[in-house]
Amino acid sequence: MKILVCISKSPDTTSKVAFTDGNTKFDENGVQYIVNPYDEWYALVRALEIKEAGGGQVTIVTVGAATDEAVIRKALAIGADEAVRIDADPKDAYYTATQIAEYAKSNGFDLILTGKETINYNGSQVGGMIAEALDLPFVSLAEKLDVNGSTLTLEREIAGGVQVIEVATPAVVSCAKGMAEQRIPNMRGIMAARTKPLTVVAPVAVEDLTSYVSYTMPNAKSAVKMINPENMDELVELLHNEAKVI
Amino acid sequence: MIIVYINSTNGLSKSALETVTYGKKLGADVTVVTNGNASADLLSTLGEYGASKVIVDRSVDGEDAQQLTRLIASVAQTVGANTVIFSHDLIGKAVAPRLSVRLKAGLVSGAISIPEADGTVKVNVFSGKAMGAVKVNSATKIISLLPNSIQPEVSGAACSVEETSGQGGIAAIKVISTKKPEGEIPLPEAELVVSAGRGLKGPENWGMIEEMAKLLGAATACSRPVADIGWRPHHEHVGQTGVAIRPNLYIAVGISGAIQHLAGVNGSKVIVVVNTDPEAPFFKAADYGIVGDAFEVVPRLNEAIKKFKAAQH
Ligand SMILES: Cc1cc2nc3c(=O)[nH]c(=O)nc-3n(C[C@H](O)[C@H](O)[C@H](O)COP(=O)(O)OP(=O)(O)OC[C@H]3O[C@@H](n4cnc5c(N)ncnc54)[C@H](O)[C@@H]3O)c2cc1C
Ligand SMILES: Nc1ncnc2c1ncn2[C@@H]1O[C@H](COP(=O)(O)O)[C@@H](O)[C@H]1O
Repeated sequence: MKILVCISKSPDTTSKVAFTDGNTKFDENGVQYIVNPYDEWYALVRALEIKEAGGGQVTIVTVGAATDEAVIRKALAIGADEAVRIDADPKDAYYTATQIAEYAKSNGFDLILTGKETINYNGSQVGGMIAEALDLPFVSLAEKLDVNGSTLTLEREIAGGVQVIEVATPAVVSCAKGMAEQRIPNMRGIMAARTKPLTVVAPVAVEDLTSYVSYTMPNAKSAVKMINPENMDELVELLHNEAKVI
Repeated sequence: MIIVYINSTNGLSKSALETVTYGKKLGADVTVVTNGNASADLLSTLGEYGASKVIVDRSVDGEDAQQLTRLIASVAQTVGANTVIFSHDLIGKAVAPRLSVRLKAGLVSGAISIPEADGTVKVNVFSGKAMGAVKVNSATKIISLLPNSIQPEVSGAACSVEETSGQGGIAAIKVISTKKPEGEIPLPEAELVVSAGRGLKGPENWGMIEEMAKLLGAATACSRPVADIGWRPHHEHVGQTGVAIRPNLYIAVGISGAIQHLAGVNGSKVIVVVNTDPEAPFFKAADYGIVGDAFEVVPRLNEAIKKFKAAQH
């Protein structure tokens, strides 16, 4: 099975969130980039497990600049076979998805995996857009994925239950928690990653459909009200009469 | 012309009424598109929330994203829609991106309010640590609304319901089964959530947390390490890499309040924190704080809730 895993970078989850240029740009000062956790822990690791069980090839693709190659090497160290970087600044989800779909079109993948969402923009858009551009089925937020020949069996959480579904390949799937367990790259993987193929592809011309014009920080929370641990009746009273939540 | 897609297979959910209300706030002429088997009588009540017409295609009975995309695109083209609205839920997350490509319409996902005067729409970014203003550059816009961001409002009377059929084409996705958890309240929809972390020391100590949840009619949740070591099921894990929730009340017991945990719960309206350590970072995000040992505080709180519930009856 030929699997394409879409990898994005995201700021390390402990990064301070701040903005510059009159609140129009994310302040990258001192920010460390990591592989977006959903892409790494769930999509990539599950792709590797599928390959280990049934053979095939795992390619990772990123729309990003040359500076993103450190993040790409990390994904290679975890075990992907090869990487593709589409050399462009990912302007919005539509731009990113169109680039990936263009690349995938001529490379015959059986399965395209994305993460549930990027943890910086939380859009949950790119996977569905790739699927539509390629006219393929899309299963969003899958928590389990099994491959049986050309049939995928998936589970996802729907309102009040877990749904089991089947779909034929080729298909696009976005991966959420439960799909796989995080893998820590070992020394051999890290060494091997240095020599794995990383192909740079030129972007196609696409207009972006949306743009972020500015950012704001949420209002600071008012100070916490401390309650005597001996007096839980007071807490219940406050939750009822002041907060009005019970 | 505004189009709102709602899922009505299990009746009209609160988030469906929110999206219709949202549509009404954006323009006078709101067409609701839906599928499934809700009765025409029930669908006509959407008029009260601002719909001028409901179009239902009962031949699309599942949630196949391709079928729904074809259905909504066809209605959008027929009525000449300039805005399409979804709820930012499982279906919205699958269908809105597809429709964006099909209609070449910019998608704003997870909107938290109606558009500003300059036409931009606010969304949460960085897992709720900041907000962004998004501008759509295309003539047609798609907006998916984060559930619980606005309240449904009644503004009119029942509207007409029009049946259509076969707009979705063939489904590619086959639903094999749906497993419903018994008795539990599903976490993503829960209005009250009781959660605990590593401070509870072991899975055998969760009885008092479950008791509190039961007394309040709340769902249970946990921090990531607790799910990772198998003390609690994975679906309870909230945070940046787990479920993101926005309940009215979130009670966190023995959870330190790491930034990745907060990212999944900072949309909660009211947060109560119980922790032995007065320096625990969670207190900075809390509305009510109790410095104390969970093993003393929780049983005492459960008694207080029992007393409160008894007095209400
Ligand atoms: C990329 C990444 C993603 C992550 N995603 C998530 C995520 O989605 N969700 C998540 O939760 N975490 C996530 N984490 C982990 C996160 O950083 C924290 O490690 C985790 O949230 C800590 O869990 P905890 O608060 O239960 O445990 P601890 O940090 O060990 O805290 C236990 C707390 O219990 C208190 N305590 C101890 N005894 C008692 C007692 N008797 N009574 C009351 N209080 C007591 C302690 O004072 C302490 O504050 C992520 C980490 C990374 C690196
Ligand atoms: N620049 C990018 N390059 C490759 N894949 C991406 C990129 N941005 C997003 N993705 C993929 O699309 C998923 C959803 O992203 P988003 O729609 O931004 O929430 C991510 O989890 C990634 O798998």
